[in-house]
Amino acid sequence: MHSLTTVSPKPRLVVVGNGMAGIRAVEELLKMAPDLYDISVFGAEPHPNYNRILLTPVLAGEMSLEETILNPLDWYAEHGIQLYTGNPVTQIDRVKRQIVTADGTTTPYDRLLLATGAAAAIAPVPGNHLSGVLSYRDMADVEALTRSSALGGQAVVIGGGLLGLEVAHGLRARGMEVTVIHRRAWPLDKQLDQRGGVLLQKAMEARGVRFLLGKETAEILGTQHVTGLRFTDGSEIPADVLVMTIGIKPRIELAQAAGLQCETGILVNDTLQTYDPRIYAVGECVQHRGQTYGLVAPLFEQAKVAANHLAEYGRMLYQGSVTSTKLKVTGIELFSAGNFMGGEDYEEVTLLDGSQGVYKKVILQENKVVGGLLYGDTSIGPWLFQLMRDGTDVSAFRDNIVFGETHLGDSGHAGENQASRLPDNAEICGCNGIAKGSIVKAIREQGLFTLDDVRKCTKASASCGSCTGLVEQLLASTLGGFYDSTPKKKALCACTDLSHQELRDAIIAEKLFSVRQVFDYLDWRHPGGCSTCRPAVNYYVRTAWPAHGLDDPQSRFINERAHANIQKDGTYSVIPRIYGGVTSPAELKRIAEVAERHHVPMVKFTGGQRLDLLGVKKEALPQIWAELDMPSGHAYGKALRTVKSCVGSEFCRFGVQDSTRLAIELEKSLERMWAPHKVKLAASGCPRNCAESTIKDVGVIGVDSGWEIYVGGNGGMKVRAADLLCKVKTHAEVLEMAKAFLQMYREDAQYLERTAPWVERIGLEQIKATIVDDANTRKALAERLDFALSQEKDPWKEAVSGRLDIHAAPMRRIPV
Amino acid sequence: MEWIALGTLEDIPAGGGRYVDTLAGQIAVLRNEKDEVFAVSNQCPHRGGPLSEGFVSGNRVFCPLHNWQIDLEKGEAVAPDSGCVKRFPIRREGDEIWLGLEEMTR
Repeated sequence: MHSLTTVSPKPRLVVVGNGMAGIRAVEELLKMAPDLYDISVFGAEPHPNYNRILLTPVLAGEMSLEETILNPLDWYAEHGIQLYTGNPVTQIDRVKRQIVTADGTTTPYDRLLLATGAAAAIAPVPGNHLSGVLSYRDMADVEALTRSSALGGQAVVIGGGLLGLEVAHGLRARGMEVTVIHRRAWPLDKQLDQRGGVLLQKAMEARGVRFLLGKETAEILGTQHVTGLRFTDGSEIPADVLVMTIGIKPRIELAQAAGLQCETGILVNDTLQTYDPRIYAVGECVQHRGQTYGLVAPLFEQAKVAANHLAEYGRMLYQGSVTSTKLKVTGIELFSAGNFMGGEDYEEVTLLDGSQGVYKKVILQENKVVGGLLYGDTSIGPWLFQLMRDGTDVSAFRDNIVFGETHLGDSGHAGENQASRLPDNAEICGCNGIAKGSIVKAIREQGLFTLDDVRKCTKASASCGSCTGLVEQLLASTLGGFYDSTPKKKALCACTDLSHQELRDAIIAEKLFSVRQVFDYLDWRHPGGCSTCRPAVNYYVRTAWPAHGLDDPQSRFINERAHANIQKDGTYSVIPRIYGGVTSPAELKRIAEVAERHHVPMVKFTGGQRLDLLGVKKEALPQIWAELDMPSGHAYGKALRTVKSCVGSEFCRFGVQDSTRLAIELEKSLERMWAPHKVKLAASGCPRNCAESTIKDVGVIGVDSGWEIYVGGNGGMKVRAADLLCKVKTHAEVLEMAKAFLQMYREDAQYLERTAPWVERIGLEQIKATIVDDANTRKALAERLDFALSQEKDPWKEAVSGRLDIHAAPMRRIPV
Repeated sequence: MEWIALGTLEDIPAGGGRYVDTLAGQIAVLRNEKDEVFAVSNQCPHRGGPLSEGFVSGNRVFCPLHNWQIDLEKGEAVAPDSGCVKRFPIRREGDEIWLGLEEMTR
């Protein structure tokens, strides 16, 4: 596959542009193929790669240039990269495959990566060349602005967009009188509607920034240095410094002159390749599917895909980015994403609290979030953005959507808001004990941009993940300006760039029958995988190929390998299967005797109506299983756990249906079912719902005429009431419906995604259409599950009979 | 140093591990996907999890309790975590695995 590596000397990769997109692509490439290319980087600016997002803190005097450097000169040297700074590339010679720089030297290339970025757009008005007319794009601009502001006086900013407001804030912080000129009726009209714009304007005015709105500049006044400007309506204002922030223009001159096709930006396909197959382009200079981007997350996504193709992996596609913006100017919080204006075919949910300066607006189309804006309180931003990106059906909670996730019956801390207002010592990650202060410090000092960066550096959100929302908020509020919460597609883990779905598709399309084959064939970055991908890949292989797929015990978590639950002290717990929770005196006696004989330290009823023998040494497991002579309860697995039941019509005076019998039937027909996550069922014999069917993955409730089937409920970390799927008459119908639902979940959900978030993600309507309305699909799904279950054996019996080795005994005892 | 025969490579599952009982506690014997074998004390420096039950990949083992990663060549937890595990020498003769113990450990 790496045919170029055999050619000697190494092929040459030339990168034009030493900014965040170009260097990110080089970093991604080095991760995948560290020795593939001889790399040269040409930068027009005299600095190594710095963090352009931090221009405003530098301008406001809060940070120095050095603090914004992402890749110091040593980094280039360490990776054998030739860096040429301050030497702009003037020509690309595609015939000779070389580039020419300003000083006339030529450098040959085998692959060329263009990351030329964008320049500030300059209004075509008389006087735009005068000294004192500046733009705000790079460190040189910041230095010029800093020098000019030292003299004080009047600053005028033309363009009231994100950059304009940030520069206005920075110059005001440096003591200048600042006026923002904007041609629309309110500032930030690309991110805010009028109501939000007025709130923002008031807040900025309270901080001393003046606005002149609906004004169009006719001429910049002055002979050598700017002295003021005149508007089309004839009025004038004085100015000592004038900053143009009316937009950016992709730098395409070089590409255009070389005959590469350009429109607004350099045209690229989904692999970030230009019309010349040897030339790739990433970043702000690029136009992809008609879109240009100026935010950091899309640029990073592009960099990753381009690097994947430069590394000759050829697997990833860039399919565009959904972006959101978040501005933070001295405590002004703003979030906006997608279509925030609404319109005829859209519905709006709004909340306006003028005196608190809070305004929230969510735009819906067919019960899906298509955009929104938040002003004053942006805490629900990341959540809202997630709903938008995932296309989640919000009909169940649209009444409360502007209040965020905390109002959706969330007993955990997943949706806790206002991270930015917490004190520095507030614990964010409860699993790893990480306080807010250390996360913010790591983001600032180590130049972190993504959730994964934070997880790797601080461990925050790396365990149970329930604080992910908080960490994302901290990223947003710390990076401010141009932070875009999350890339559209999430890779499974750091071993691959493939998403869960791409991986599942590849396992089926390429007929991959084992974890080993997946890692080899799909070029896993670590040939041994990691604790995230190994169990996921093993599950996907087994689900795709129930008969032929190899089940690799070493790719299962310890619990599923030992077929018992590991405890904090390294002992295990044993939970035998007791169908429907109905046992007998003989069975109870046997369990009690085994527990006594083995001095089991604790015997406890579980939350799911079963018996748990706790504190068993691994060595003793097979013997205990043999003596119990009961099937495994699978209480340790991402698998069917229990079917909880109430007494039902057999004894209960209220019962209208035989819930214990149905629970036993369900548990017998679903036992040994592996799933993306644990699966819990319940059967209640009347609407009093004593088995708590409405907080189960699948719950049934008996009514006079039959059974109501509920799905997607959860009672754990995040409470969710189940949705009514349908009503059926007979036990057989319940069984088929439950099987079809669970098989659909098994085939579609991501590994470690429970039914509750899965149902929310794909929407109840789709599930109903697939399994309630379509009898053929329902039957086919149920049959596929039956087939998969027919391939599974009881692991305890397998171990007792010696067919399965759980390595219970030590490899050796010393001394023997 | 005394060398003790543990068994053969096949006794250790690839990408996983086994444990050895000694008077001074358990030792994890781990085998990666390249069939390299490592021996470290069978206690994660975090909360004492049995490393013999973790995922082994490259020169790392992932603790089964809280997913700490331990670098088996350095005998140290991978940043941002910190902590040490004692390493023991392994000798290979063909497929046979030998564990080196100081007299004191026995």
